[in-house]
Amino acid sequence: MALDQSFVGRTYPPTAPYEVGREKIREFAEAIGDANPAYTDPGAAGRLGHPDVIAPPTFVFAITFKAAGEVVEDPQLGLDYSRVVHGDQRFAYTRPVRAGDRLTVTSTIEAIKSLAGNDILDIRGEVHDEAGEHVVTAWTKLVARAAEEG
Amino acid sequence: MAAKFAYEDVEVGTELPVRTFPVTRAVLVRYAGASGDFNPIHWNERFAREVGLPDVIAHGMFTMAEAARVVTDWVGDPGAVVEYGVRFTKPVVVPDDGEGAVIEVGGKVAARLGGNLVRVDLTAVSAGQKVLGMSRAVVRLA
Repeated sequence: MALDQSFVGRTYPPTAPYEVGREKIREFAEAIGDANPAYTDPGAAGRLGHPDVIAPPTFVFAITFKAAGEVVEDPQLGLDYSRVVHGDQRFAYTRPVRAGDRLTVTSTIEAIKSLAGNDILDIRGEVHDEAGEHVVTAWTKLVARAAEEG
Repeated sequence: MAAKFAYEDVEVGTELPVRTFPVTRAVLVRYAGASGDFNPIHWNERFAREVGLPDVIAHGMFTMAEAARVVTDWVGDPGAVVEYGVRFTKPVVVPDDGEGAVIEVGGKVAARLGGNLVRVDLTAVSAGQKVLGMSRAVVRLA
């Protein structure tokens, strides 16, 4: 069943702050096999002009996707998450995420479309730091595949 | 920012070094833990087949992270990436055969955008199939 169009434009309240830890960044960098010292060595990050170690560009998705869960699991929206695949992902960075950041995410439903029985949901997550400065915006497209007939 | 290259020195068509990234089940389990994405399609073959997939597949975000490395290694400072987006066109299927899968990533400077920004277009292929589409990063050079 097509999702309710009246959800387009809906913004959810900002999430509680997520505190970015050096060791979490290290763990993520190791998991993607990336040995760039900017992720683990504050001195190396400092030589690039960063006040602490920075996170790989896709690290923030863990935070924005968790925030998008509020949308995805909104019972009023009625998305069948068991049929959801990730369609597109895009980020626009004002600055890299870094250790010590306390980040909040504000999620907005940008679009809802129905295409060949698939429900397509575009969610924008605006990420701000503790000072209220913009860090990154994440656009996530989720596709709930049509259920098989019969 | 401390990119390795000056904007003036980088031309449209400049190719970034091609990289290959192996993906095994162990890699996926580790990524699941680090990213917090524990969807069983990324580690449970029975579950993956039940929802119509050929086998366990890699997290799209894992593939996106590997593709980004071609850009961040080239430019030196990962903080120089100002935009990055991909479309997930095909899953990376990761069999439990002791070898897993390989993702091959290439990149090319596609446009000079002014303001020291260049757009890099990436290609990512696994098992002969394009796994990312519209894969683009905008990077600030020195």
